[in-house]
Amino acid sequence: MANIATTYDDDVLLEEHGYNDHFHDHHHGDKYQSGFISHYIFSMDHKVIARQFLITGIIWAIIGAAMSVVFRLQLGFPEESLAWLKPVLGKWIVVDPTGVGTLAPEFYYALVTMHGTILVFFVLTAGLSGTFSNLLIPLQLGARDMASPFLNMLSYWFFFLAGIVMFYSLFLSTGPFSGGWTAYPPLSALPQASTGSGTGMTLWLVSLTLFVVSVLLGGINYVTTVLNLRTKGMSLWRMPLTIWAFFVTAIIGVLSFPVLASGFFMLMMDRGLGTSFFLSEIFIEGQALDRVGGSPVLYQHLFWFLGHPEVYIIILPAMGLVSEVLAVHARKPIFGYRAMVYSILAIAFLSFIVWAHHMFMSGVNPFISNFFVVFTLIIAVPSAVKVFNWITTLYGGNIRLNTPMLFAIGFVSLFISGGLTGVFLGNSTIDIQMHDTYFVVAHFHIVMGVAAFFGMFAGIYHWYPKMYSRFMNETLGKIHFWGTLIGAYAIFWPMHFIGMAGVPRRYYSFDTFDAFKHFSGMNQFITVAAILVFFVQLVFVINFFYSIWKGKKMTTKNPWDATTLEWTTPIEPIHGNWPGNLPTVHRWAYDYNKDEREFVSQIVPLEEGEVGDH
Amino acid sequence: METIAIEETKKKGINPQKFALWVGMASIIMMFTGWTSAYIVKNAAGNWLEFGLPSMFYASTITIVLSSIVLHLSYIGYKKQREFMYKGLLVLAFILGVSFVVMQYQGWMQLFGMGVDFKANVAGSFTYLITAAHAVHVLGGIAALIVAMIHAFTLKFRYTEKRKNRFELVLQYWHFVDILWIYLLLFMLNTK
Repeated sequence: MANIATTYDDDVLLEEHGYNDHFHDHHHGDKYQSGFISHYIFSMDHKVIARQFLITGIIWAIIGAAMSVVFRLQLGFPEESLAWLKPVLGKWIVVDPTGVGTLAPEFYYALVTMHGTILVFFVLTAGLSGTFSNLLIPLQLGARDMASPFLNMLSYWFFFLAGIVMFYSLFLSTGPFSGGWTAYPPLSALPQASTGSGTGMTLWLVSLTLFVVSVLLGGINYVTTVLNLRTKGMSLWRMPLTIWAFFVTAIIGVLSFPVLASGFFMLMMDRGLGTSFFLSEIFIEGQALDRVGGSPVLYQHLFWFLGHPEVYIIILPAMGLVSEVLAVHARKPIFGYRAMVYSILAIAFLSFIVWAHHMFMSGVNPFISNFFVVFTLIIAVPSAVKVFNWITTLYGGNIRLNTPMLFAIGFVSLFISGGLTGVFLGNSTIDIQMHDTYFVVAHFHIVMGVAAFFGMFAGIYHWYPKMYSRFMNETLGKIHFWGTLIGAYAIFWPMHFIGMAGVPRRYYSFDTFDAFKHFSGMNQFITVAAILVFFVQLVFVINFFYSIWKGKKMTTKNPWDATTLEWTTPIEPIHGNWPGNLPTVHRWAYDYNKDEREFVSQIVPLEEGEVGDH
Repeated sequence: METIAIEETKKKGINPQKFALWVGMASIIMMFTGWTSAYIVKNAAGNWLEFGLPSMFYASTITIVLSSIVLHLSYIGYKKQREFMYKGLLVLAFILGVSFVVMQYQGWMQLFGMGVDFKANVAGSFTYLITAAHAVHVLGGIAALIVAMIHAFTLKFRYTEKRKNRFELVLQYWHFVDILWIYLLLFMLNTK
């Protein structure tokens, strides 16, 4: 391995070059992890909190995915009896005297709404950046823990509480909120507007307000930790791209979620206190309400001012994870490190000035639309830079095709396919035809739904040893990968065609629309694919939980031969991460195949005459 | 070269708690930006009730500015280790802070008396919403002041770096809600 250079032992390096922060001097006797409750439940250790976020996210993902299977059954097989679901869904399955059960239309809407809310917020925000920001920020920066372990713990428990409230709303006799995950008024503002608009919507608002608190507490912590708790030698330009992605994600979250909160508070006032911020000239059951002067478009502005940055809050951590996994398993430095960082920053900046492209058809001024079209299309530039760099990183690499790598490559594929259709939708003129069709559904599911999941899976398979000191099963992992990749394309590829033919999204049934009837075969195909993909995910879930106790044990500290700091910590995680000194960093995170050395850890000092960094 | 790299990332002495507070302030600013932007948009859209702000809001402005100054003097007192100045002015700042919230309440009563209803026109709704949301943030500051007073009166007076840092957290937040109020007042005066 090292012909010209000296070999180093991590422990010796940490001993000799490490930095003593006197962490272990005063024996607070591991007050964080003394008992069962303080270790596993109200833990303040970032690694435990990361796993709490992950497992909670997995549970929510199963619930959210199961919901999609139910409404896909309705879309694919509207004639078939759903009476067998009655034991689970109860009165929402209406069984007629002949024994044929149908899904109640209002519950169909509730399912779609909950699917969106759960996946966007609980799984792909909390489950993704909550997990990996918590796990990797302190480990890869050489910190003992987060800046404020206490706020970090609160962040998880606010998320948990938000989940409890949302879960409770599923069992209301009037059903959960059913007006779409965007909660546009008037359906969200008037309790009498629909069955789900009453208590269901109230609980939705309470839940998401708690969720905003969770994101803010987490985000404040991540930003502060990255800027203040880096170990010696870890300059910003030596941080792995994962950390850059989490850092920028946290900044976006801290700046955009409060705006959502401001919209939520106004919505609460409209609901409970009789104001008319978002209401004007409404008729319900033939009765005119005395609520005038507001504008529902105002809510849409406030919502999408969060809503668009939110999609980058979802995709940037996935991009960071993928960049790291690709470099490690291609055994090559990431191509264009600085360009990658600048692209992340550019995407983050642009994400704040494109929100109205969600509203081209809701009555905003067409001249304002032009502005948003231009900036939306410009986002393609940093995105393309990233895609180019990922592919170039792979080019000529000594690629290990293991499960994390497959998912990382799958991410790149999905991000390209889904990103291209974004160029269509970003044009306000093409959007006249495309908006509110299945084309939109296909676009965002591929680019920020499935792609983000692939980034998350790449991260889970790659860092699983760091979380549980064991490996996940490779064979099951590969079955999971191929099933999901092929299945996801089978679900969403046909949707583009349905969408281009003008089939609108959100419809319960197409029976009465002659123009859309002849897609029933395609809808059946999509539904079958969705069911198969759902079961393939169960393979992952089984693999995940089985491996916690029975997986192949980790025998070396650095199983992937990676350069970053988390692989210099002991196999069994300890509080404070490093048993003795903190590591000192001497180089950037991507020294793979350098000067005939296969990889060089960040803690290895530069050789005589060696040129450092990038 | 390598040693230079290590030097350049040595801690620059920013307290992480203070930094976290600044990030928190940024997010509070964004929330108020959301409201004031919505205010501008609705205002431009018409159907906007015109009214003057109640006189009590000006009186409360003076109160919160005074309170900010007094708290700063208390901080100087702490740094110069003048125990009486530190404790006395801390209590005074707290009293002024509570008075501010009371005066805001009276301001809302005045506003209501002027015929500006909470729900009749969006203009009124916005005014109540923004001022009340600000008052809630002041209450957060008052809670911090209470903690500071408990520390001041139960712990033995001593100058330590840690306590100075804690005081600075309270002080910076208190200045922040003060400046936020001045901004909101000027905003509401200028966007009619």
